[in-house]
Amino acid sequence: MNRIDQAFQGDQKLLSIYFSAGHPELEDTVPILRALQDCGVDMVEIGLPFSDPLADGPTIQQSSTRALANGMTTEKLFQQLENIREEIHIPLILMGYFNPMMQYGVERFCQKCQAIGIDGLIIPDLPVNLYHEEYKTLFDQYNLYNMFLITPQTSEERIRYIDRVSSGFIYMVSSASVTGAQQNFGDAQGDYFKRIGSMQLQTPQVVGFGISNAETYRAATQHSRGAIIGSAFIKFLEKNGIAAIADFILSIRKTID
Amino acid sequence: MKYQVDERGFYGDFGGAYIPEMLYPNLEELRENYLRISESESFQKEFQSLLKDYVGRPTPLYFAERLSEKYNTKIYLKREDLCHTGAHKINNTIGQILMAQRLGKNRIIAETGAGQHGVATATVCALMGMECIVYMGALDIRRQAPNVARMKMLGAEVRAAQSGSKTLKDATNEAIRDWINNPEDTHYIIGSVVGPHPYPDMVARFQSVISAETKSQLMEKEGRDYPDHVIACVGGGSNAAGLYYHFLEDLRVNIIAVEAAGKGIDSGESAATSALGREGIIHGSKTLLMQTPDGQITEPYSISAGLDYPGVGPMHAHLFRSQRAEFLSIPDQEAMDWGLTLSQMEGIIPAIETAHAFAALDVRKFAPEEVIVFNCSGRGDKDLETYIDYFKL
Repeated sequence: MNRIDQAFQGDQKLLSIYFSAGHPELEDTVPILRALQDCGVDMVEIGLPFSDPLADGPTIQQSSTRALANGMTTEKLFQQLENIREEIHIPLILMGYFNPMMQYGVERFCQKCQAIGIDGLIIPDLPVNLYHEEYKTLFDQYNLYNMFLITPQTSEERIRYIDRVSSGFIYMVSSASVTGAQQNFGDAQGDYFKRIGSMQLQTPQVVGFGISNAETYRAATQHSRGAIIGSAFIKFLEKNGIAAIADFILSIRKTID
Repeated sequence: MKYQVDERGFYGDFGGAYIPEMLYPNLEELRENYLRISESESFQKEFQSLLKDYVGRPTPLYFAERLSEKYNTKIYLKREDLCHTGAHKINNTIGQILMAQRLGKNRIIAETGAGQHGVATATVCALMGMECIVYMGALDIRRQAPNVARMKMLGAEVRAAQSGSKTLKDATNEAIRDWINNPEDTHYIIGSVVGPHPYPDMVARFQSVISAETKSQLMEKEGRDYPDHVIACVGGGSNAAGLYYHFLEDLRVNIIAVEAAGKGIDSGESAATSALGREGIIHGSKTLLMQTPDGQITEPYSISAGLDYPGVGPMHAHLFRSQRAEFLSIPDQEAMDWGLTLSQMEGIIPAIETAHAFAALDVRKFAPEEVIVFNCSGRGDKDLETYIDYFKL
């Protein structure tokens, strides 16, 4: 069974963390993964940096730019992750824009992911229909899940289509915005979370974008199976370093567990 | 129709809409409506009337006698430099502002490099009384002060793109992010035949007035409605798409695209995408683009700010790969010399972008009886400072 499906067995709310590989320092990837697993994070999205991340806000733009300046490449990331399954057992997802994957060769990329033990991919600029027509067979062949985004503007018909094509989970973007931490969620978001929650989709939903603290985490997971934190984690990491990661995770989960 | 867009939004291998889900509703709304709206009678009536009375169309097709004599062939100039705001860019912004109105949008965003498209957008927003926000790379804002002032005077807000290389591609990223953040009231006026489907097709259609006029003007002057060659400069490629449009399927017409070689193709400072680019994705479109082996988009260079886009419109990528068009690349120096030549032989100071196209006359041979149409896409006022520095005028 895919590790992502395993993570969704049971009723607990999942906490997933996104970070840009190669940031703050080039060789931080594995130490960050270790720290996240040690403090009980359920799943990780490893960001493959791109020069033109058009769905991302300032925090992830900057971490991507710095990661690239540090020398991060697709090849380098695969080298760092070569033996990762000897010590990391939680689901690992690579998240990145499509162009670097195309240049690596989509099939070669999938092959490499499978060899390393990557469980799935999130590719924000590969729309579900193009994936369905051109790449799904390939992803299936290498046992890779591909997760899609939905937003408050996504029509019900399209959400049902995405639900049918999806594996793993559906990535619910919390509001019409690029990535970036928010202090709290308003009524509109609450209604949206509730609306999706009541659609009885077959694929579990995880909320991302704008989650930064215990309050937003709680609001996001009230009607969904989990939440993803990116920008707020990256900011914390920049300021406090890898050794302090457990403090951040505790602060998110303090009012929940 | 081998060279036009297909129903999936592709030109051969290129095009499509590689966009984040957040943009899907916006683009889907546009895709579902752009043909119905732009082909409707009321739209066409208003569009044609504005092109005539506001832009100043039809622009002349001018027979360049001295140039023709020197190169021993028949050279015509399609005078897009005589359009209001000084370039072809306004054909598209007029079309898109009418589109935005009919889609019920009241807020306009745009990207700009040198500022020409920003000015053309600010102009039509002033005309229609619409809010206008133009994203411009922080570096370009410093380099193009007069155009920034023009946009401000026209009532637009100019926002600096501080990310990445702080130039056109980053301004485009910022405009896309703005659209993601404002999915309901905003229309994004893209300035070239780039971006996700339906933009390349929509912009090409609005610019196609250039070739439509060329056809009827040639009929009048030459007794036939097609030339032997059409020649235009290509950055993103909107003026070229406009000139080629009605000749794409007419194989009697040879298509020549001129890219900016900058300091030379192998210098590391160039914008010759067809020579240096590989297939990839930029701004939601699969096309040829300049990038590192790892797939990071690189910063192009040309002395002309309108040609330094790291990609090229998907139509042009298809014309290149299918060999329907001949692609040439012209270095800074030759383009600058042509700026001077055209000024002194025909009394027309061209934009530096436009000057690149004319250098085709030095690169390849044309027969005396052949009819060549150049797109004289923009006037050189905006480049005066560059010309002054370069020629120590």
